[in-house]
Amino acid sequence: MKKGILLSLMSLFFVVSMSGQKYFTRDGKISFFSDTPMEKIEAHNSKATSVLDASNGNLEFAVLIKAFQFEKALMQEHFNENYMESSKFPKSSFKGKVTNIKDINLKKDGEYNATVKGQLTIHGVTKDVETTGKFVVAGGKINAKSTFDVAVADYNITIPSVVRENIAKTVKIAVDIKFEELKQ
Amino acid sequence: MKLCTLLLLTLFSLVSPAIRAQDDLLSLLGDEETTNYATASFKTNRVINLHSLENTAAGVFDFKISHRFGTLNQGAYDIFGLDQATIRLGGDFGITNRLMVGYGRSTYEKTYDGYVKYKFLRQSTGKRNMPITAALMASAAVQTLKWQNPDRDNYFSSRLYYTFQLMLGRKFSDAFTLQLSPTLVHRNLVATKAEKNDVLALGIAGRIKLSKRIALNAEYIYVLPDQLAPQFTNALSIGFDIETGGHVFQLHFTNATGMMERAFIAENTGDWTDGGIHFGFNISRVFTVFKPRIE
Repeated sequence: MKKGILLSLMSLFFVVSMSGQKYFTRDGKISFFSDTPMEKIEAHNSKATSVLDASNGNLEFAVLIKAFQFEKALMQEHFNENYMESSKFPKSSFKGKVTNIKDINLKKDGEYNATVKGQLTIHGVTKDVETTGKFVVAGGKINAKSTFDVAVADYNITIPSVVRENIAKTVKIAVDIKFEELKQ
Repeated sequence: MKLCTLLLLTLFSLVSPAIRAQDDLLSLLGDEETTNYATASFKTNRVINLHSLENTAAGVFDFKISHRFGTLNQGAYDIFGLDQATIRLGGDFGITNRLMVGYGRSTYEKTYDGYVKYKFLRQSTGKRNMPITAALMASAAVQTLKWQNPDRDNYFSSRLYYTFQLMLGRKFSDAFTLQLSPTLVHRNLVATKAEKNDVLALGIAGRIKLSKRIALNAEYIYVLPDQLAPQFTNALSIGFDIETGGHVFQLHFTNATGMMERAFIAENTGDWTDGGIHFGFNISRVFTVFKPRIE
């Protein structure tokens, strides 16, 4: 009996210590690139928030649409007003999992390939996505990077015919995050 | 034994918040409140003739071509005013997102004008709450017609006009914006003693967005009574903003000919009731001169 209790206690402690392995950022970089022969458009956001639970690989992102910065002010206005409708849909988010988290040791220096799977919500539309990325751990610092493509039409974002030549149907999204340990 | 159960229970209670948190990892970071500024209350920095709540963004040059045809009541001989034209060519430049300058040259009495506009309050919600946007505009204009009576003493100062304007407004919803523009127009020289050198007026302007790229704008400028000679009328304008990539086309009907404040506020003669209406347009084309620093 006593042994059983001890065992369950130990396993509980184990769970507690595992759930403590969380990492976060409040200033992650998320950029997107639209590339057509007519025009190259890019925008950068350095205020993405993210939390990674290393015990089970759960990963979440959120980003404020209004915090995307463009070179052209008018483009930024149109992005918010006409395409993303940021007053209606202020945030985009991702909720998913690093599926091969077991192969990744964030406590040990090295480069680790990661597979990420989950749901991406943009412009109020949620879609299943899967992509690959990389964790680079160096001197205790964790850097996570990934790029993936998003089809604009999948998220009910309509491009009017006058600018069809200027805006790509598929935009590239780049994520660059420096994770810090989350102390609870 | 009892102690053990107690211990277990405490442990569970310790663990459970961590388990619950798995549902929403981001909630662990807490809610960081940000300030959400209202943007794009109008499609460009003019409603029609009046300045709007919006500024030209920092580092951006906005080239303006403003054009008014003659009045509709001129009939078929002048194809309802299309034979005539009054033009203002201008440029606006954003020094910061809140401070801008502009200039223009009008065919109306060969007038040059320049102005400074500063947005001192920005409508916002969130961390900082502000119900309205407010801006101040000051302009000076000089008309350069040849002197009507070259023989008498003429002073350069007689050519000068000044305008001071406060813009107070709110974007009530994505579609609807309303703005009030109390205005003071100062004229160094007026035609008759009965007319005031300082003219007070209240502009009211609004827009309704009809679609993502088209908006309906209207403005009316009420000149307070007993300041002007009776033939002068209040300016009423109504039109559409049509936005394409880098252009905004403003097409409108207005009873004002001139495109600077002293003309459309203090010297306006058009009358809607007898067809003294001009068809007109403003074209705005923006160029990014200085790229903003992106963090």
